[in-house]
Amino acid sequence: MLSTTILIPAILNGLMTGAVYALVALGLTLIYGVLHIINFAHGALLTAALFAAFFAYSLLGLDPYVAALGLAPLFFAIGYGLQRFVIGPAAHGEDRNILLVTLGLAVAIENALLFAFRADTRTVNLPYAFDVVEFAGAFLALPRVVAFGAVLAVALALWIAMRFTDTGKAIRAVAREKLGAELSGIDVAHVYAVTFGLGTACVAIAACLLLPTYYVNPYAGNAFVLVAFTVVVLGGMGSVAGALLAGLFVGVVESLSGLWLGESLGQIGIFVMFILVLLLRPSGLFGERA
Amino acid sequence: MRAAAPILAAVVLLALVPVVTTSSVVLNFLVIALLIALVGQGWNLLGGYAGQYSFGHAAFFGTGAYVTAILQVRYGVNAWLGFVIGIAAGAAVGAAIGALVFRSGLKGSYFALVTLAFAEVLRIVASVAPITGAGVGTLIKLDLRPEAFQFQSRVPFYSIALVLVAISLVLVRAIEASRFGAYLVAVRENEDAAKALGVDTTLVKLGAMAISAAMTAAGGAFYAQYFLFLDSGIAYGPWISIEALLAPIIGGVGTVFGPLLGAIVVKTLSELAKLVTGDAPGLDLVIYGSVLVLVVAFAPRGIAGLIADLRSKFGAAASPEHGRG
Repeated sequence: MLSTTILIPAILNGLMTGAVYALVALGLTLIYGVLHIINFAHGALLTAALFAAFFAYSLLGLDPYVAALGLAPLFFAIGYGLQRFVIGPAAHGEDRNILLVTLGLAVAIENALLFAFRADTRTVNLPYAFDVVEFAGAFLALPRVVAFGAVLAVALALWIAMRFTDTGKAIRAVAREKLGAELSGIDVAHVYAVTFGLGTACVAIAACLLLPTYYVNPYAGNAFVLVAFTVVVLGGMGSVAGALLAGLFVGVVESLSGLWLGESLGQIGIFVMFILVLLLRPSGLFGERA
Repeated sequence: MRAAAPILAAVVLLALVPVVTTSSVVLNFLVIALLIALVGQGWNLLGGYAGQYSFGHAAFFGTGAYVTAILQVRYGVNAWLGFVIGIAAGAAVGAAIGALVFRSGLKGSYFALVTLAFAEVLRIVASVAPITGAGVGTLIKLDLRPEAFQFQSRVPFYSIALVLVAISLVLVRAIEASRFGAYLVAVRENEDAAKALGVDTTLVKLGAMAISAAMTAAGGAFYAQYFLFLDSGIAYGPWISIEALLAPIIGGVGTVFGPLLGAIVVKTLSELAKLVTGDAPGLDLVIYGSVLVLVVAFAPRGIAGLIADLRSKFGAAASPEHGRG
């Protein structure tokens, strides 16, 4: 057995990583919960957001945390537009088509980034990137602590918005009973697009939180997307609270399996867990969504 | 026999190409197009006819390729025997994944996701496992003898690819006309109804997946012999999963000729892209992605569907018999 002096920092670091997974997954699960589709373009949008945050810093000198305030609305608009004017009309109401359209978008976005910026890996140098915070005997990187807090704040804000605003209620109504919502005068196409926009805004915030400690290249989002799928399935497709818990859980599992098995196998651990969960319990560990 | 006539015509037409030109550029282009047609036909049987959209056909392509290559390189097995074993291994992987996935009732988005995940697991394993050469890759030794499935000129490769595609066309045509083919379409259109009518839908999907995987693995095994080099990104990379579904969707999903038509169009597009921009990375895939979105949006039945529409519009000469369009 490992001593607690190694174990506790590993768990805390896992929680920090898991929080970002949770935010990426939150966007995905929100879209799934309402539109009942898996957005295969999610990872590509995350990559695009990482590039946007990177250039906001390198060209405009904007700190990623400040850039988030601008990028979140921008990506909301992008997501809204994608769903309203591309995915919705192109799909002709068939789930199979939506799968293909989001896959096509993913391929196009990711490779447009590759074409424009080449495969070079870029990083930013922020003065506070290596600052640490001491907590329970563990030294935690400051940007990761900030990310952890920000994710909790975003999740809380989202929960409040879903619970108490009219738009939130409309989104929940459409998720529960699309036809009924339509009959009571809710503009379903608009609600779909708003949901897609919110999911995409989550990705933009996640990108800004990641940038101080992560790198940017045209494949950067991919590392997160299958993890996010795992989190979404584990948390119960469409469940916001489930995504949050499952994200933290996966972060800890990754951190611990990295500790015991080494880095490269830690990655496989996630995939294996994903396949097992899909096969054995597709309704998720925490969710009860029908 | 009328059903077989278009296949015969298409194959004869393609077989005449080496008579007209032996330009290695043309033949190389056609070999790749036929390879994608074969891989796409595999996807088409499962995705087009049975309605199970796989995003991870690389799992079968890569298995066919690696088994063929590794048997030769590490165990000195004859290339042709390796080729056959590679196809069988692909079918076995397809059946194994199918058994797991279909028995737990995964379909739609879940099916797409889990096939993607299997392909990625195999890619990661292949990128670290010593038997695949890990990061270095697997190089099949140059041995230009027909016994070693290697040829000086491209014509024999072209002929073999054409024979493989011809077999896949005949096979899918035969399945389409059979009871099994009707079951596949029933599963695609309404799985619950099919089940209620006594179709063992799990078994039907499993059969489709195994045959589909075998066809795609044949493409992978052929790739290994043609290029004599594999690494994890080539064999199990997402590019082949995308091309596998792009060809039938552009050509006409759930039609016999869809994958062949689509493969020729896709490869023409990517060659044109290269002419315009040189070898800039990514541009061909940008085009693929955009074309995929555009086809789904404006021509969901692909080229075959457009042709069927044109025929019925300008009616008279239309034959009454063409698949699902």
